[in-house]
Amino acid sequence: MIPLSNYLILSGILFAIGIFGVIIKRNAIVVFMSIELMLNAVNLTFVAFSTYLQSLNGQVFVFMVMVVAAAEVVVGLALIIAIFRLKRTPNIDDINLMKW
Amino acid sequence: MEPIFFYAFGAIAVASGLMVVISRNPVHSALFLIVTLFSLAGLFVLLNAHFLAAIQVLVYAGAIMVLFLFVIMLLSLKPVASEFEKLLTLKILGVGAAIFLLFEILYLISKESLLGLSGIATPELIAQEGGNTRMLGELLFTDYLLPFEITSVLLIVAIIGAVVLAKRKLEE
Repeated sequence: MIPLSNYLILSGILFAIGIFGVIIKRNAIVVFMSIELMLNAVNLTFVAFSTYLQSLNGQVFVFMVMVVAAAEVVVGLALIIAIFRLKRTPNIDDINLMKW
Repeated sequence: MEPIFFYAFGAIAVASGLMVVISRNPVHSALFLIVTLFSLAGLFVLLNAHFLAAIQVLVYAGAIMVLFLFVIMLLSLKPVASEFEKLLTLKILGVGAAIFLLFEILYLISKESLLGLSGIATPELIAQEGGNTRMLGELLFTDYLLPFEITSVLLIVAIIGAVVLAKRKLEE
């Protein structure tokens, strides 16, 4: 049996990669994909704890996270399309209408 | 046998996760993200979460990533050539923040004792009750019935929102 901490370290590495992507990428869609990566890292933590603590409630949480992620992707990509139609760019540095 | 699969899936997940962030073409990023999601599904199987592994492949690697690829093709994004060169400070900052966060997580993992009170769902009970999917379904439709119903409301709101946002204005 693999120790629980291995799963947590793996999930931490994936989460850090996601943070890294959100900070350095300028393309809105790739930033979005990095957020998905972070969500999945958290899902891995939930499932690992659920198995090692022998309780299925964590897996129900992962189910909910997946539903929310699906809804978030649908609305987020629609927003990106709407912004792209307005500004003709996917670069998040050019989308600064709310900055003053 | 189990450690081999864990390290193989983990290495694939981390490597393709890095490629998601590094590669300059958004289509490549999306394809590498699919690889990451598949190896995470493999890890879910290792953790005996069979139902979640299945919906990880079906919903995430299938539906959500196809949506991503559709939008990338729809916007016809070109790979950016000089994205990294002009953002050197940002790159250093990003690497620094990510490594800092990683060390925080590793410190917390090493410091605390991780496992507490154990639940009732031992592997024997799950096998006796008819598998992970069945037990998860029973939990979802008894204890978590209200949250489950609310997710359907959330999905309807998301569909309506997406249609309203992405629709072209027909008049004007």
